[in-house]
Amino acid sequence: MKRYDGLLSIELAVNGERYQASVTPGDTLLHSLRSTLGLTGTKLGCENGDCGACTVLLEGKPVKSCYTLTLAAEGREITTIEGLRETPVQQAFAAAYGFQCGYCTPGFVLNTHALLQRHPKPDEATTREWLESNLCRCTGYETIAEAVQLASESEPQ
Amino acid sequence: MIGSRPHPHPSDGAVGSIGSSAARKDAPDKVHGRTRYTDDHRLPGMLHAVLVTSPVAHAVITEVRTTAARALPGVRGVLTGRDFPLLVGLYLGDKPPLARDRVRYFGEPVAAVVADTERAAHAAAARVRVGYHEQPPVRSPREALAPGAPVLHPELERYVHIPAIMPEPGTNIGNRTKIRKGDPEAVFAEAASTEVAVVVEGSYSFPPADHAAMEPRVAIAEICADGRIVIRSSTQSPYGVRAIMSRCLGIPPGKLTVAVAEVGGGFGGKAGVQLEPLAYLLSREFGGRPVRLANTREHDMVSSPGAPGLQSRVRLAAGRDGRLLAADIEFLFDSGGYADYAVNVSRAAAYSCTGPYRIPHVKADSLSVYTNHPFATAYRGFGHIEMSYSIERTMEQLAERLELDPVALRRLNAVQPGDTTPSQDELDPNTGDLAACIDHAAEAIGWENGALTRLDERTVRAKGLSCFWKAPAIPTFTDAGALISFNEDGSLNLITGAVEIGQGIYTGLAQIVAERLQISPEEVHVVSEVMTDRSTHDWTTAASRTLFMCGRAALAAVEDAVAQIRQVAAAPLRCAEEDLEVAGARVFIADDPRHGLALAEVANGYVYPDGNAIGGPVIGRGKYIARHLSHLDPETGAGRPGLEWTLGAEAVEVEVDLRDGRFRVLKAACAMDVGKVINPALARGQVVGAMAMGIGYTTREAFEFDSRERVLNGNLRDYKLLRYGEHPEYIVRFVETPQNDGPYGARGLGEQGIVGMPGALSAAFSRAIGVQLNELPITPERLWLALEDAGSPDRVPHPEASQGAGS
Ligand code: FES
Ligand code: FES
Repeated sequence: MKRYDGLLSIELAVNGERYQASVTPGDTLLHSLRSTLGLTGTKLGCENGDCGACTVLLEGKPVKSCYTLTLAAEGREITTIEGLRETPVQQAFAAAYGFQCGYCTPGFVLNTHALLQRHPKPDEATTREWLESNLCRCTGYETIAEAVQLASESEPQ
Repeated sequence: MIGSRPHPHPSDGAVGSIGSSAARKDAPDKVHGRTRYTDDHRLPGMLHAVLVTSPVAHAVITEVRTTAARALPGVRGVLTGRDFPLLVGLYLGDKPPLARDRVRYFGEPVAAVVADTERAAHAAAARVRVGYHEQPPVRSPREALAPGAPVLHPELERYVHIPAIMPEPGTNIGNRTKIRKGDPEAVFAEAASTEVAVVVEGSYSFPPADHAAMEPRVAIAEICADGRIVIRSSTQSPYGVRAIMSRCLGIPPGKLTVAVAEVGGGFGGKAGVQLEPLAYLLSREFGGRPVRLANTREHDMVSSPGAPGLQSRVRLAAGRDGRLLAADIEFLFDSGGYADYAVNVSRAAAYSCTGPYRIPHVKADSLSVYTNHPFATAYRGFGHIEMSYSIERTMEQLAERLELDPVALRRLNAVQPGDTTPSQDELDPNTGDLAACIDHAAEAIGWENGALTRLDERTVRAKGLSCFWKAPAIPTFTDAGALISFNEDGSLNLITGAVEIGQGIYTGLAQIVAERLQISPEEVHVVSEVMTDRSTHDWTTAASRTLFMCGRAALAAVEDAVAQIRQVAAAPLRCAEEDLEVAGARVFIADDPRHGLALAEVANGYVYPDGNAIGGPVIGRGKYIARHLSHLDPETGAGRPGLEWTLGAEAVEVEVDLRDGRFRVLKAACAMDVGKVINPALARGQVVGAMAMGIGYTTREAFEFDSRERVLNGNLRDYKLLRYGEHPEYIVRFVETPQNDGPYGARGLGEQGIVGMPGALSAAFSRAIGVQLNELPITPERLWLALEDAGSPDRVPHPEASQGAGS
């Protein structure tokens, strides 16, 4: 079994780019992304796995970066909100007013993006199963549901 | 002829912006994660502060040992209450930045660790040892008012407070607001002795709750070498923070800049003063280095303030026809350990105490009471939600007693222009059409199809309707300012003091300005950061008054800019200033639009062909201050507290499983008279978001306490917010009775959608199970217990009791 101790220099693959990062074994991916790499689009809402604001994609799968050790992401493709540019999901969230304060939005966008990659036309139950891991305090979810619908109707990338 | 560009005349109506769902200006940044919230700023040399908080609700602090914490690597220092012998408070200076000698609630900060990294600070915080000598906690407002209750603030007499707040030293009362209108005693006495009137009475309660904005509060403070203080904060009140810190800490306001970019949700919880004073004091301890004081979620929920709890009692007298005659009301707000905004929340509940009903005789006492709960601040709805819940519950009882349709009863008593409010203020012609709202809400929910339907032997569907009103609880001198400048292409920049907290204020303001100038909102660039030294003064982004007041200030700034543009353009256009009009990015002769100039040619000075120049940069200045507001009389409450009243009605439909109390909220409808809809999509978003919060507030959101008043659910795992898929079908309808002093007739709408929800939902659930439910939150367990008590034949064992049976 591999053992880690002290400050380690590792390579992280984020949004198709390689980063050299100094981390400690206890660093969460959320912390490394925000504080070490300066990718502040990933948000901190609870650091307890409850809110989904910190959602990123690991090999295309949504994970809560506050609950993921950075070392566990070494050698795996990480996608943060900075890695998505004008995707159908982002356009849909903008067009459908799928946000207010926007703090939950990176997490919702990434989660929805992954959902539609896996299920391009998700039924209601599937969407709910995926998105109930993210909290939004502002919208009451109506416009988020509309954004998901809108994105699922647009051409896949 | 000068100028050759096409020139739409305003009357062409080519660009109309008001009433259209213009795209949000912040959309591209927000969907790309580019929006910078306060905690996304990393400053060179920044230190990190972490709070050590009290694990008990009420205790004398016997010692604080910090040696072990200080010894850890990376720790710069540990500060305790003794280090900062001062008090801070919004209206009433009652709170030390860190507890001194005594803690008054579970989660109260007692020490702050400052370290090079957040992790080192957390590690050290765990090593601070605090000795507590526990005292019996005060568990509710009624307990706090009982004879012999511990007085939580023995020094109340010495606290500095504003005149509108009237604390009662020697008791736990932080403020009392009285309403005395007409002669309610006589009406109740007559009702008791005759058959012409009926009297109903009820008591209601709910525990404190939390805003749970997704962005935890954070403040980053630094002190420059010349003594200037810069605080970046997730605040709704940059100018409020400046004023309060200046008052409580003796800082010259010109030396203090409060900066706020975007805020990740506020809901009242980031109004007033929050982490800023402590962040500043910590920076001062470390030579002015930037200190970041960021709440963990747990600290954000419990250590920072939440929503007040309530215990209330309402007595109503009505004629047999249902006409309300008199009200006797008591609101006891649970302000927790400190006063903060709660002392004004209780005041707002007083001046609105009857709900939107015509009641000629009213007596009300609304108190803000100290307890050993987490302290309370502004919360969306601000006193009106608590008031509305209490009144609407009693209205349901009255309808039942008189065997009247609850909707008809409300319609019969709905306020109209000419009626007087509890503070004896006459409702002016700008008052909205409540009856129309009631009709819309009733129709939207299908009231005429029956309020109670049995689907099968275990399932019922029930409806409930309630009315609401809300007037902003603001100082009489609440203000807003605006500045307009122009770019080389004739587009303009708008500076205000309004904070974007999710409501879309910059888009709404751009639309208001664009409408007046007949340009696209995209040509109005709104400065999306407030800095107190360079933005315009603005009371606070709260009380649903920002679109109204900043909108008025922005319009005034446009008028000022237009006057300057006409003055400059009159010379080259060789006409009188008053002949000129500004629209569509041009200034032109109103009766002959062929003669004109592009704004780009005049807004920063006009240059003649020979090189001579006139004018210079146009700077439009605008301001607004609340009109005709007055203090409430201390004995009768008479006065004019509110800028405008927003009226409306809400209705819901729920489905309840009678065996175990589980339920779903199927539909939630809101009809609101907003004066004028500026942006339909944004307006709907505010109302729907508020309704969703109201559903959570009514059905699940509340702090749970153990027997020593320690919070059991101060995190987002145990404090359950509404999640995706749990939301109902929302129906929103707007009625537009113009608010003639609002911008384009608009009035406030940001909070109002929450106000009627507890009343409407309580009515529906009560109807579903046939038991009046007078406490919140209404959880499945509470329904199940109520069904148990009522001896429902359909009951099954409590779900928890049946656990372990296996399956
Ligand atoms: S911050 Fe990771 S789930 Fe909330
Ligand atoms: S938009 Fe504010 S939390 Fe979702």
